[in-house]
Amino acid sequence: MNDIRDALLVARNTEAKLVRRPVSPHIGIYRWPITMVASILNRATGIALSVGSLLLVWWLVAAAAGPQAFARVQAFIASPVGLLLLLGWTASLFYHFFGGIRHLVWDTGRGLAKPSLNPMTWVILGLTALATAGVWVAGYMTVVGA
Amino acid sequence: MVELTLPKNSKVGRGRTFPKPEGATRTKEFRIYRWNPDDGRNPVIDTYTLDLDRVGPMVLDALIYIKNEVDPTLTFRRSCREGICGSCAMNIDGGNTLACLKPTAEVKAAVTIYPLPHMPVIKDLVPDLSTAYAQLQSIQPWLQADSPAPPDGERLQSREERAKLDGMWECILCYCCTTACPSYWWNGDKYLGPATLLAAYRWIADSRDENTGARLDALEDPFKLYRCHTIMNCTQTCPKGLNPAKAIQEIKQMIVERQG
Repeated sequence: MNDIRDALLVARNTEAKLVRRPVSPHIGIYRWPITMVASILNRATGIALSVGSLLLVWWLVAAAAGPQAFARVQAFIASPVGLLLLLGWTASLFYHFFGGIRHLVWDTGRGLAKPSLNPMTWVILGLTALATAGVWVAGYMTVVGA
Repeated sequence: MVELTLPKNSKVGRGRTFPKPEGATRTKEFRIYRWNPDDGRNPVIDTYTLDLDRVGPMVLDALIYIKNEVDPTLTFRRSCREGICGSCAMNIDGGNTLACLKPTAEVKAAVTIYPLPHMPVIKDLVPDLSTAYAQLQSIQPWLQADSPAPPDGERLQSREERAKLDGMWECILCYCCTTACPSYWWNGDKYLGPATLLAAYRWIADSRDENTGARLDALEDPFKLYRCHTIMNCTQTCPKGLNPAKAIQEIKQMIVERQG
């Protein structure tokens, strides 16, 4: 700790000698409730989406630059790495969307009852999986159809 | 500030393993955090194996048994042993709770016991809660009114007004919630934490208190109140089943609503 709490880490032992107290273990030993996972996921997916929007910009710029540049981007997106990133960003988009709606509902003072916390988290994770799968199945059908 | 790792002097090593009880049929392992200010060493985990047929059902019973029968140097706080004093708050099996209310049988594997997370350790399972107590003091947790009380009795409330305090007056200030909150871990110098904010809302919601405006003014601060990101660890861990996250949300809403 590098703030005012540092003062409480200094103490005297039985022989009145100055000692430095330890900080008790925290994130390394805490058993994460599913809601805590959901909370950090909302932030992580937000960051992932910001990075992902760079890819979108690259794609648009390439489209404006000409067919060769565009083909390069398309080839990258179609590669296993590109597809994996795209899948990650699809899931991130849906998770952040549903998680964001939950935060909006919370802001109205609703949906905060303890018994609803875990089930609603699973609902959001389920919706994310369903929506992501839906988009990819639809995308796959379009590509194969064409 | 976010610090995922512990400072060098706080890293936890392996400690002693006490011999298993002889002839016991039902045993349970307890792995307990130890730190002694007098030996100049880092914290360690000591391992004790107890005969469950000789120990009471709660984790606090096990701790008292260890102190009485196995290792008198083990240090922890306890008083009422019935969940009303809040002294034996600690991290058991990864969650913050009261040792006296936590049945040993609820823990499947070995029972790991740490002090309340991210606090300065005084000794073993005893954390220094001075900051948290000072924060509680800062919200002035007492009734404030300019109008004088009736000369012949107490200030009255309707049943509905009184009902608003349910779920808040029950808080025993054990700080399980505050020390379960990642926001408090990282910003506990400025963020007040769930226990103190629940106490603040207990007075804001009290119909007899006439200082609501000043109380909200004091909380309208990017750190004191708004470091709450609805992570929900407070509500998930409260050993009394209270909902600090909801109280914090009510404060946020009142601040928005009074802006008109």
